[in-house]
Amino acid sequence: MERSPISRRTFLSLTAAAGAGAALTACGSSGPGGGSSGGGAASTASYWFLTGQPGEGIRQSAAERFNKANPNNKLQFTAFENDAYKQKIKTAIGAGQAPTLIWGWGGGGLKSYVDAGQVEDLTGWFGENAAVKDKLFPSSFGPATVGGKIYAMPCETVQPIVLYYNKKVFEQAGAQPPQSFEDMMALVPKFKGKGIAPFSLAGKARWTNMMWLEFLLDRIGGAAVFQAVFDGQKDAWSDPAVLDMLTKIQTMVKDGAFGKGFSSVDAADNADQALLYTGKAAMMLHGGWTYGSMKNDGGDFVSGGNLGWMNFPPVAGGKGDPTDTVGNPGQYLAISAKATAEQKETAKKFFTSGVLDADETKAWIDQGGSVPVVKGTESILAASPDAAFLKFVYDTSVNAKTFAQSWDQALSPTAAEALLDNIAKLFQNQVSPQQWVTNMNQVIGK
Amino acid sequence: MTVLAPPPDRVARSSNPTGGRSKPVVWMVLPALVMFTAFGVVPLLGVLGLSFTQWDGIGEIKPAGLDSWTAVFTEPGLLHSLWVTFLVMALSWVFQTPMSLLIGVFLAAHKRYRGFLAVLYFIPLLLSSAAIAITFSALLNPNFGLGAGLGIEWLNQDWLGQGNLALGVLVFVVSWQFIPFHSLIYQGGIRQIPTSMFEAAEIDGAGKVRTFFSITLPQLKYTIITSSTLMVVGSLTFFDLIFVLTGGGPGDSTRVLALEMYQTGFKANLMGPASVIAVILVLVGLGLALLLRRLGGGSSTDSQLEGA
Repeated sequence: MERSPISRRTFLSLTAAAGAGAALTACGSSGPGGGSSGGGAASTASYWFLTGQPGEGIRQSAAERFNKANPNNKLQFTAFENDAYKQKIKTAIGAGQAPTLIWGWGGGGLKSYVDAGQVEDLTGWFGENAAVKDKLFPSSFGPATVGGKIYAMPCETVQPIVLYYNKKVFEQAGAQPPQSFEDMMALVPKFKGKGIAPFSLAGKARWTNMMWLEFLLDRIGGAAVFQAVFDGQKDAWSDPAVLDMLTKIQTMVKDGAFGKGFSSVDAADNADQALLYTGKAAMMLHGGWTYGSMKNDGGDFVSGGNLGWMNFPPVAGGKGDPTDTVGNPGQYLAISAKATAEQKETAKKFFTSGVLDADETKAWIDQGGSVPVVKGTESILAASPDAAFLKFVYDTSVNAKTFAQSWDQALSPTAAEALLDNIAKLFQNQVSPQQWVTNMNQVIGK
Repeated sequence: MTVLAPPPDRVARSSNPTGGRSKPVVWMVLPALVMFTAFGVVPLLGVLGLSFTQWDGIGEIKPAGLDSWTAVFTEPGLLHSLWVTFLVMALSWVFQTPMSLLIGVFLAAHKRYRGFLAVLYFIPLLLSSAAIAITFSALLNPNFGLGAGLGIEWLNQDWLGQGNLALGVLVFVVSWQFIPFHSLIYQGGIRQIPTSMFEAAEIDGAGKVRTFFSITLPQLKYTIITSSTLMVVGSLTFFDLIFVLTGGGPGDSTRVLALEMYQTGFKANLMGPASVIAVILVLVGLGLALLLRRLGGGSSTDSQLEGA
């Protein structure tokens, strides 16, 4: 019996060592798994995309169709949840383990990959395959272009930001849809008097606040003001239009235009959309994708014809073109520079015959309720149950003189974080417009 | 029990100080040491190294000397987040310590209904921080939350939308989550106090309040230090709860050091400055833990039971 404590201890420490070993092994094998198809052939290209219906199903069917048609050039695909994907792709690219096809939002994120030499220059390829390029919206190529060269293929859908309004609430208040920014401001006291928030805004998510800045700056100063910031011109935020815009925003906050407690409203749980369809708010500036979720969550709000929409109205005396819009001109597929020649070949084949083929295009319209970045879909759009809204999105996207990419995606991650931070402080009155300009000038070109 | 080592064996072992007993002890420390080195010391050194470089997480790591350090120290963000961190730390300590102490005293008594209550009190500790944060932000939602739903006007504040209120809510939620844990520590501490001391006090005619201040509190000195160390050092690493509850907002009102580090590193892609903040976080944590040990006076190996 004297020996037994020792042997038990030995056993325990062995167990601990085995546990440590198991933990170490587990760390080594945390690569993507599941959801894949296709074998381990040298020409098999890996492809990561986002989960979440209806998009996930549409992306998966497109890849499966491609695999069926090309038994020798297969795609091995894996789906990731949005926020997990953002981290994962950055880490994977940094570690030289990127998938062959890099799905993304273009703009500043893509530029950081380009600067690190991690993605393939596709300019020449698009030159040789003009048919692929010509089938897509020209405006969608903006965020795919870095320094005059194309590094990604636009895919999926176009999502401009739209000014939505609740027709029922407008009717009850005896209000007309605004024709100008001044009309909008005149409506603020009218709705407030009835206990309705004039604008629904999810102030907790900082990018939602940003949409107001984007449109107001465009309408006041024109598209050139932000373009100068994007181009990295020194002190580009010092344009007087910026100060005017920031002052207008802070006045709106002070006047209670965004309703009580807007800064605790979160976009992640769609509470901002709920405010609009429950009639607690009259208007909402938000992405085109919210149409689908309001249709799902809002009962008969959308199907009953109570949802109105328009492009952001002009500001009196402003320089901006009223057809301009802001949002996501598309999603993007880049090819990893680290992939083998065979894998790159498969990826390019997918670009020509797989991405936004007739079936995928139709699926985005019918199941996704959105407009794909493909030209000439008017007839399919018109046949959709959401024809009126889809036609509006299509026309807005095609007719926009400038379709600017959302600022936080257009700028580098460093500048975008500073931007979102300062926007959040602006809405809290924690910075003055002048300080805002100073802070933002410091990160230009970073 | 024959498991207790009999004397002859013991003598034989102690006569050989280098062999036998000490060897397996060193060997048994190894797994923990390997784990700590691999997942504690090595990353720490890596972070220290990274703090002297410039890296966006994707491209090349370039040496940058003291650039990151000067950048972090010249920005107002660091001072602000340090201040918020200390505010959260101090407020949650001030709120949690008396509450946990009182609940601990209450639960320490051997009564059956109190045992049942102890189980109930323990529930918040079983929930994940993220779940707690989501629940509270839903309850406190000014449009669809508790206040609006029940039509209670004073409850219907913009709890998470105003700087000071949000900080208060944060301290409240943190306390709600961790008071059960600290109550448990105090309950254990109080049960360790010999009953003879309470009986003596009773014979001397001391009332409940007097007993609490003259016997319970002084006897709990080391328990209070343990619990405070856990609270103070733990509050440095609050991340998940704040990230989900307020995201550091409104503006930067609840942006603690850990959140500032995450945003700098993983949102703004500035790994150099983020590593600097991480190093500061480690130093502050170590400093505080040492300070609290000093305050306790003497080492933790001293008996915690005076007069027993």
